Amino acid sequence: MNNQRSFFLNVDWVTVLIYLSLCVIGWFNIHAAVFDENHPSILDMDTEYGKQFIFIVSALVIGTVILLLESRFLSALAPIFYIVTVLLLILVLVAGHNVGGNQAWIDMGGGFRLQPSEFAKFATCLLLARYLSATNVKVTDPKSFLIAGGIILLPMMLIKLQPDDGSTLVFCSLIFVLYREGLSAYFLIVIGLLATLFISSLLVNVWFIIIALVAVAGLLLFMFGRNRKFATGLTIALVLSVGFIFCVKPLYYHVLKPHQRVRIDEVLGLTKDLRGVGYNQNQSKIAIGSGRVWGKGYLQGTQTKYSFVPAQSTDFIFCTIGEEWGFAGSVTVLGLYLFLLLRIILIAERQRAPFSRIYGYGVASIIFCHVVINIAMAIGYMPVIGIPLPFISYGGSSLWSFTVLLFILLKLDSNRMGINHA
Amino acid sequence: MNNFFERRYVIAGIFIALILVLLGRLFYIQVVDDRYFLYAQNNVMRRNIQYPARGPILDRYGKIMVENEPVYDITVVPKQVKAFDTVEFCKLLGIDREGFDKRMAKARVYSPYRTSIFEKQVSAQQYASFQERLSEFPGFDTQKRSLRSYPDSAASQFLGYIGEVTDAIIKRSGGYYSPGDYVGISGVEKSYESILRGQRGVRNLIYDSHNTPKGSYANGAYDTAAVAGERLISSLDMKIQKLGEKLMQNKVGGIVAIEPSTGEILCYVSSPTYNPNLLVGRERGNNAAKLYKDPYKPFFTRPVQAYYPPGSSFKPLSALIAMQEGVITPQTIYHCSGYYQSGNRRIKCFHGEVHGDVNLASAVAHSCNGYFDMVFEKLINRQGARNTDTAFNYWRNNVAKFGLGSKLGLDMPNENRGNLPKAAYYDKVYGKGGWRSSTVISLGIGQGELLATPLQLANIEATIANHGYYYKPHLIKAIGDKQVIRKEYTLRNYVGVDSQYFEPVINGMQNVVEYGTASSSKIPGIIMCGKTGTAEVKNKNDNSVFVAFAPRDNPKIAIAVVVENSGQGATWAAPIASFIVEQYLRGSISKRPSGIFPEYYINKNLLPEIVVKPADKAKIKADSLKKVTADSLRKRKADSVKQIGLKSAQNKPAKNAGNVLTAMLPKRKENE
Repeated sequence: MNNQRSFFLNVDWVTVLIYLSLCVIGWFNIHAAVFDENHPSILDMDTEYGKQFIFIVSALVIGTVILLLESRFLSALAPIFYIVTVLLLILVLVAGHNVGGNQAWIDMGGGFRLQPSEFAKFATCLLLARYLSATNVKVTDPKSFLIAGGIILLPMMLIKLQPDDGSTLVFCSLIFVLYREGLSAYFLIVIGLLATLFISSLLVNVWFIIIALVAVAGLLLFMFGRNRKFATGLTIALVLSVGFIFCVKPLYYHVLKPHQRVRIDEVLGLTKDLRGVGYNQNQSKIAIGSGRVWGKGYLQGTQTKYSFVPAQSTDFIFCTIGEEWGFAGSVTVLGLYLFLLLRIILIAERQRAPFSRIYGYGVASIIFCHVVINIAMAIGYMPVIGIPLPFISYGGSSLWSFTVLLFILLKLDSNRMGINHA
Repeated sequence: MNNFFERRYVIAGIFIALILVLLGRLFYIQVVDDRYFLYAQNNVMRRNIQYPARGPILDRYGKIMVENEPVYDITVVPKQVKAFDTVEFCKLLGIDREGFDKRMAKARVYSPYRTSIFEKQVSAQQYASFQERLSEFPGFDTQKRSLRSYPDSAASQFLGYIGEVTDAIIKRSGGYYSPGDYVGISGVEKSYESILRGQRGVRNLIYDSHNTPKGSYANGAYDTAAVAGERLISSLDMKIQKLGEKLMQNKVGGIVAIEPSTGEILCYVSSPTYNPNLLVGRERGNNAAKLYKDPYKPFFTRPVQAYYPPGSSFKPLSALIAMQEGVITPQTIYHCSGYYQSGNRRIKCFHGEVHGDVNLASAVAHSCNGYFDMVFEKLINRQGARNTDTAFNYWRNNVAKFGLGSKLGLDMPNENRGNLPKAAYYDKVYGKGGWRSSTVISLGIGQGELLATPLQLANIEATIANHGYYYKPHLIKAIGDKQVIRKEYTLRNYVGVDSQYFEPVINGMQNVVEYGTASSSKIPGIIMCGKTGTAEVKNKNDNSVFVAFAPRDNPKIAIAVVVENSGQGATWAAPIASFIVEQYLRGSISKRPSGIFPEYYINKNLLPEIVVKPADKAKIKADSLKKVTADSLRKRKADSVKQIGLKSAQNKPAKNAGNVLTAMLPKRKENE
């Protein structure tokens, strides 16, 4: 009995509160986004908002069940979860249901569909946590690094085959987990540098970039040149960068698919096609921008009401928030996310068990990645990538998988005072 | 805990940084940049213009001259069209399957989501049967529009017509009009456009992304209702207007009748005319093109645009000025020996008649040229021959006060000023000091360079009837339900001749009708005072002119009639004027002692022949018939304007040896 009481006391209620807030915000904004005058009630089960209510309730049930599970069980079953997910990902490629060009759903009957890629996220996190928390594993060790990378890459590749660019990209965020566990900072720097070089070589004449790079490298050499090792490293980096710059255009034009390329062109402002490729993002920007400081009010957004933005209950749900609740709404929602992320880091860091900590970082990375990509896309900072806004976007699979992801962490956290796992 | 504990700060830092970047961007597009709000408004809001009904026009007794007739367009939204009985549909609208497909394709090309016009202006009957079954044809709808309709098919040049705005009009209006709007193009429709058009309303409607209307914006808080155009009460009397048009049919010329006590124009005939209903509806374009090709130019508004020498009808005015200037008295006697000797020029009296001793009244009655040449010379030479130009300009100014040589300011577009030459003009032609009264002597009998519009001639009669003043002639008596009368129409314009001088002239004019040149047009029981004019036209038949007012006491109507190239004033213009005057004053036309009756004049064809050189064909514009006829090489006569309009449009002009294209005109019976 004592155990049971302490169990509920140990649950991090702050996180649960943020979680509930986001779910409710999502529910109301879905109501606004797909409002149907013939079915005005937010609890009308014929509508997406009615269904979302069911999803939220069932998510809470799932969350409670997870909290009641034996936490040792999670670590032990991690490989099984992982294998099942990978099998489902293969199954979906063979017998999946195709929606909008993505073969990502498995029909469960009764109108429900399962999206294995959603569950791949927490399964991968779990296995990654379990592997990295093993006593003889160090990320800095190449063999361990490769295995850890493999755990991430396998589901990622399978998802890429669907092809679901958004979810694929989310797995990349697990680099934060590896970094936290000791991966060299250079990895992050190199990724940042490559991204910068990639975008700038599409926008600016390559020779300008090369001159700029040489100038920066020269300055660094002049300041820290006495350090031989640094000088050599810098020179190699410079040569590789210049090489990369020349690879960008061929890569861009021959490796990327046309539909991806036009979206990137649109974001970078290389093309302007507000009726075609750029339509969604332009209308999305108009919706958000027209909300001004305080928004147009609940159910009053004209962009939202008159369906100028497609997929507004799912990927573009932030338009509704921006339009009807204005900048105030944007700050509230992004504030809640930031608070949640920092809270998760805090939770992760207070774990005694590395398994829990690593898993916590996985959760934070995945949520962070979703939020940034989704909102950056809505405001035209990123190409259009179909990716849900955690806890807010309409959809059962997405909500359940984020719930599972988060509540496993809460379960692990509630046990942190208990037996030292692993 | 492990060695990389601090890395939590790096990761948290990255999270914070990226979320702040997003917030910064959101701050910019939501708070700083307010373009997006406008974009969103433009996305959903459409300003739907509500067109007001155009004001109707009534005649002076409240009879409708122009009204709005509802017509119906069939509209379609291609996306909303569902399977229906096409055969039945085509039968209802009287179109075939091919026509249906063509119309559908056109609508689809315009927009699958927007309403476009499927069939324009269907008849009321078709509309009724279609409307009944509208529910069977999803995607189709009807839309009411209004067209101008003219129940009497008369007074076209007065009414004018409306048409779609041109780019130039849009530009001039400063954005008031937009493409597709209708605007008055001529006549009263043009000059009273701002009153007739009413006030447009605006409905702000919300449309969704498929352009489907979703109701009004902000519950109509920013909407304005359309205000119908005000009605205009015309001064015209539709009865005499129609009579005048009938009398003038198959003749070229004009009639203007004015109520002297108000300046209201009672009759405003321009002949040949056209049916105003031709310029409405689906056949409008074809009809207009035909009318433009008509060599008699029905769009030419003769009452205010055509120039005619007043001829003898100018004589009363001449006498008035001479008396005012003291160069003659009513008793002044002049001996007419059949001609007047001016310098080395000899001006004959009409038909070489010898009038003997004439005073003012008998000179007017018999239209003695000698008497009025004498009067004119006296006026021009009274300061000696050296001061001809000063005296001439003085005379000119006196004549100008009657409204000759300048626009009277009629409330109609395109009024012309006529021609009243200045001394400077003759200086230019003959050199300074190179001309004398004898040089310009024909002005004294209303010929020479003197040219007037029928309106100006009628206005002079109104002035004589009023004993020295006129009210600005106008065609719109009152505006709107409140019957507003413009202040300028209530002011008397004095012409500088004392009222005492009018009686002798009026006596003479009465005699013109009692026993003078126009005695055959005498109306039993009504004393009409008039003056004939038989104005010479170079190379052509004379213009027949008659001016008059009646009754002598308390005059109710002043009139000027011109029948081009038809002969003497007494032969055509005077009888026509007398019928109109009698109809107006008495309401019917009585049996005349002279035996003349309206039907004879109605049926008479006096159309001058028209021969058009190929080079001139292009030049024919709404200018003057004179220019065309001046080039005539051969004489042909025509039966009716309408026939000409049709024939000249249908028949290819025959080429003859002289390479002269001759309009194929049917011959008129030579029974006169």
